[in-house]
Amino acid sequence: MQWFERQRNIIDFTLSSLLRRKGKNAALLVVYISVVFVLSSVMFFTHAIRREASLVLQGAPEIVVQRVIAGRHDLIPVGYAQKIVGIRGVRSAKVRLWGYYYDAVSGANYTLMAPDQFSHGEGAVAIGSGIAQSGSYEEGTIVPLKSYNGTLLSFEIKKILTGASELVNADLMLMAETDFRSLFGIGPSLATDIVVEVMNPREVATIAAKIVRLLPDTRPIIRDEILRTYDSVFNWRGGILLVIFFGGVLAFIIFAWDKASGLSAEEKREIGILKAIGWETSDIIVMKFWEGLSVSLAAFLGGITLGYLHVFFASSSLFEPVLKGWSVLYPDFRLVPFIDPLQVATLFMLTVMPYTVATVIPSWRAATVDPDVIMRS
Amino acid sequence: MITLKDMKKVFNAGKPNEFTAVRGVTVGIEDRKLTVLKGPSGSGKTTLLSIIGCMARPTAGRVFLDGRELTSLPERFLTGIRRSTFGFIFQQFNLIKGISAIENAMLPAYPTGRPRAEIRRRASELFELFNLGGKAEARIEWLSGGETQRVAIARALINAPAVLIADEPTAHLDSILSREFMDIMASLKREGMTIVMASHDPIVYESPAVDRIIEMRDGGVVGEVAS
Amino acid sequence: MRKSTVLFITQGVLLVLLLALFVHAAVATRNAASRLEASRSMVARLGLTDLCLFTDARYSRHPSMADLNTAFQDYPMSFEHFPSGSLVPPPPHLRARTVGSAAKGGR
Repeated sequence: MQWFERQRNIIDFTLSSLLRRKGKNAALLVVYISVVFVLSSVMFFTHAIRREASLVLQGAPEIVVQRVIAGRHDLIPVGYAQKIVGIRGVRSAKVRLWGYYYDAVSGANYTLMAPDQFSHGEGAVAIGSGIAQSGSYEEGTIVPLKSYNGTLLSFEIKKILTGASELVNADLMLMAETDFRSLFGIGPSLATDIVVEVMNPREVATIAAKIVRLLPDTRPIIRDEILRTYDSVFNWRGGILLVIFFGGVLAFIIFAWDKASGLSAEEKREIGILKAIGWETSDIIVMKFWEGLSVSLAAFLGGITLGYLHVFFASSSLFEPVLKGWSVLYPDFRLVPFIDPLQVATLFMLTVMPYTVATVIPSWRAATVDPDVIMRS
Repeated sequence: MITLKDMKKVFNAGKPNEFTAVRGVTVGIEDRKLTVLKGPSGSGKTTLLSIIGCMARPTAGRVFLDGRELTSLPERFLTGIRRSTFGFIFQQFNLIKGISAIENAMLPAYPTGRPRAEIRRRASELFELFNLGGKAEARIEWLSGGETQRVAIARALINAPAVLIADEPTAHLDSILSREFMDIMASLKREGMTIVMASHDPIVYESPAVDRIIEMRDGGVVGEVAS
Repeated sequence: MRKSTVLFITQGVLLVLLLALFVHAAVATRNAASRLEASRSMVARLGLTDLCLFTDARYSRHPSMADLNTAFQDYPMSFEHFPSGSLVPPPPHLRARTVGSAAKGGR
């Protein structure tokens, strides 16, 4: 009990001491919280997307076979599918028809697709909620699309896709195969690519190699590679995120530096006075420890709470300018709150420990000063 | 009763600026009396005072408090004894700026682990005693010279010490405040406090409250006057 | 109120709030299972390969399907045309030694 009272008394003085420079310390706290807020927001956002990608893309095709001409992805002959089916171990090989449609009116890019089974028939489309929102479309609206030769084709919106996350279908526009081919002028003998199902999942790499040997102008992409693409998205090691990361680390270094560069003459004098009136070295150290901890802990708790609320309740709206870029269509990032406790712990260590240590260590010297020093000066 | 035997204090021993502040002093401080260490600056009285108050250790010699030897006690215990036995008033008062007067007075008691309410009560009583009642929450910077002096005295008394140590307490005070100070010292002595002061101010050593004057020069005791 | 009490209460409230958010995360994650399942089955049904994160460039809309050409634009060190390009690096299988080596041993 006595130990606890002693801590409380010392904390009282520590806080009185911090309140003497109210403006400076308040500004420091605000900036500190902001830095933690940005870092934790980025941390939560990137981890949640990566987790969701790894779960959702489990349904992706096992092998996608693209045709490559002069280093570019080109349309693939439909006949290749039959050849692939002939390879031992392949369960099925089906063509996929998909592409991009640029809507000149809105400036948005749609991903157009003619799925295997399209139940709404010709002249109809099913659109993702992102398209519906950006064009204010509803079921029943007629949408004109410009075909490859300039003619306008009209489609009725029969369905707005719901149920799945916007991260999957925001910009999708589904239509019948015949409509797709008329729109883009793609003849019946060509397709965008071919998806392959194999009988034994462990044979995927072998079969992919066989496909390349059989059809040398193709490039297979396996599901594993698709998943790993999303492990490296929003990678710390590149682009904007690298800048944010370094900015954050720099901010922490600057805060700690300010403390670590030693005490001012005034602070040293005050410690001398405290020692003279009966405070021990350990009391001074405790005081400095609480000084560092109260600021950095408040910054951590405040910043990370705000970061969580920002990402999982406000759909990372502050990141919109960066994420949206030149896009017109922008999905609503309503992410499932997957959290990595290790990341949280690391951020805690980074936020609290250097600052607290940087506050305590330089004071050690001053704290061990003889109590009579103040009398001699 | 505080006793020093052959006490010697050397600063910066072994270095080029080695300096002997006090040479082989043997002296006893009596309880419930006001003792003044008189002498010019450089005579060693501040150093002697700091050793008496357990603020520093002698280089040679022994220190006794009520028969118990303190010379080689570990710092922890020494600080504990110092905190509960001695109260200090410094030449420049040395109060901490930016916090309130009453918090300044309460500071020496913070590490003792006493509940804050209790410390606060004691501080308020002392403030009442010294007519500082209305100034409790005021910043140190706003107080007059006399008020600051009395806050410094209150701070020295917060842990109810048996001995009060004052180093040139009137150095920055005018005559009226100096006499006021000695009046307060007299009343504290009447209540049973032992007081040791270092001063070369005549208002201090010629005060009727003084029981004994120890004269110092060049680090040694040259004379004694009992009044 | 004592300053230390204010500190303890503030830190305590913040800590409780944070813990509440973690509880929210656990609960919401469990409740999202059906939506995730719906997403996964749509991906399987339509044979999708990428999430719709960025719609400004082909190689950021379908990074896993990107070919060398789109990843490196005009030449390997050319400046990025789209902001999303700095957030989405070329996929690992493209950064492997040669095109098509992706198929050999799945690298």
